[in-house]
Amino acid sequence: MAAQPEKMVTMPMTADKHIEIQDLRLAYGTKEVIHGITFDIHRHEIFGIIGPAQSGKTSLLRCINRTIDFNPAATVAGTLKVDGECVRNVRNVYELRRKIGMVAPLPVGLPLSIYDNVAFAPRCVGMTAKSDLDGLVEKCLRQAALWDEVKDRLDSLGTKLSGGQQQRLTIARALSHQPEILCLDEFSIAIDPVTTMRIEEVLKELRHEMTIILVTNLTQQARRLADRAMFLWNGEIIELDTNDVIFGDHPKDKRTYDYVMGIFG
Amino acid sequence: MALPSLTGKSLRPARPLWAVCGEKMLELLIRFCGVSAIIFVLAIFFFVFKEAAPVLWSKNFNLTQFLCSPEWYPTSVSNVRYGVLALIVGTACVSGLAVFLAVPFSLGAAVFISEFCGPKLKEVLKIVIELLAAIPSVVWGFIGLTVTSKIVQQMTGAPVGVNILNGGIILALMCVPIIASISEDALKAVPDTYREAALALGATRWQIVYRVLLPAAKNGLLAAVLLGVGRAVGETMAVLMATGHAVNIPHGILDSVRTLTANIAAELGEAPAQSEHYRILFLTGILLFFITFVINVTADFVVRGIRQK
Repeated sequence: MAAQPEKMVTMPMTADKHIEIQDLRLAYGTKEVIHGITFDIHRHEIFGIIGPAQSGKTSLLRCINRTIDFNPAATVAGTLKVDGECVRNVRNVYELRRKIGMVAPLPVGLPLSIYDNVAFAPRCVGMTAKSDLDGLVEKCLRQAALWDEVKDRLDSLGTKLSGGQQQRLTIARALSHQPEILCLDEFSIAIDPVTTMRIEEVLKELRHEMTIILVTNLTQQARRLADRAMFLWNGEIIELDTNDVIFGDHPKDKRTYDYVMGIFG
Repeated sequence: MALPSLTGKSLRPARPLWAVCGEKMLELLIRFCGVSAIIFVLAIFFFVFKEAAPVLWSKNFNLTQFLCSPEWYPTSVSNVRYGVLALIVGTACVSGLAVFLAVPFSLGAAVFISEFCGPKLKEVLKIVIELLAAIPSVVWGFIGLTVTSKIVQQMTGAPVGVNILNGGIILALMCVPIIASISEDALKAVPDTYREAALALGATRWQIVYRVLLPAAKNGLLAAVLLGVGRAVGETMAVLMATGHAVNIPHGILDSVRTLTANIAAELGEAPAQSEHYRILFLTGILLFFITFVINVTADFVVRGIRQK
């Protein structure tokens, strides 16, 4: 196995809790998919969540920004606090969602131009000055490693981009409202490895500005990026520890080792 | 690669002959269904044109006069005049007013039903709107003649209640269910992922509606409005009863008018077959055909223009 990234050694473990989750339970109808999980996410860390399909990773993210409300069959129990405030009691849910950037696994370019896609969230909060928007759009597209490919056709439809480009478009869009928390749900699923590496570099930079939650099926990607990682399986936390433990040779739970090493089954 | 075989015949499973033939037959049938739409339209056009054609070549017919004269005296003994300008203006006024009233109302209803109301209210509203669409036009005409005309008369002080305003209101009420239900379908067809993506970006419900849904559903919405316009232009019975049926170029919204459709419905039964009057009425039919055709083609270009942008 490759050597541990050196950042692990220098990373200061500030225990400033950005997101606190206690006994979170989520059910769709009568089927419970998250069975009471408790953990914290620290400020300015990259928090990796790994686990097979149907383990509740995406649902968990949707609980955090409360887009779970969109599904009338979903019932949430337990507490989930962002900045010490319980999200289910938060009065202005739109404000909460603006704090959180969300990148969905299947890229959803809104049926607007590329420019409008990125300018969507700033415009929603009343940012209309063309010069401000221009700068912001360029910055976000650059961060998502998409600027060079689309700078000449910002007016064309975002939905006409290729899958990987749309995915980067959603990353640019998620960054456009300057979130404090960035949730990346399988962000690299349709992006080629080279571009993925470029975005990963950006993510390492962005960590100084925001907390990043990285949901990924690529355990190697989690190993490269995450400060701490959680192995979620069937709605339960199997193990949560620092990068070197989870991806090391001796995680506490054998299932973690098997999953990370690819001998799960 | 063919499967290995010992007998020389391929062992790869083949579909039975009847399945292949059946599929071909089905394909033919479906092709016929598709083509028949064109055949029907052409046949109708041909029939109407055949009935109207002789008058076009006759000596005492003048197309400019037909289109630009407001004088419609088809049964005059001394001087027969066929001018449909007043009828065209009547149709334009009544359907224009109807569309003007119906479009904001029905789009609002569609947005409310699809985005803002709860599931129970949604079901109720959809059923009620469909019921509204099922009311026969003659019943609407009756309501226009007896109920709304009185209200219009009282509210505006117009000398007669059956006028453009009355007809426009009745026609608008008839268009609303069509436009609303088709617009609602168009909005429903916008993938939920768009809504969720916008929601995750911190957009409010209203921002989602006007920044995402309306642009995404614009083609469907335009189609809905056009069907409404088509209904407004083509509607006969209700406008016949509700607009006063007076050949007259209106000077205000409270004047009575007659529409092209109502004119045909009222006079065709009394016009002697193959007479000039009869043929002129068919020509009015062609005119109606032409108006709806122009509206549809324009809309098609508009939609295409939006798409290319």
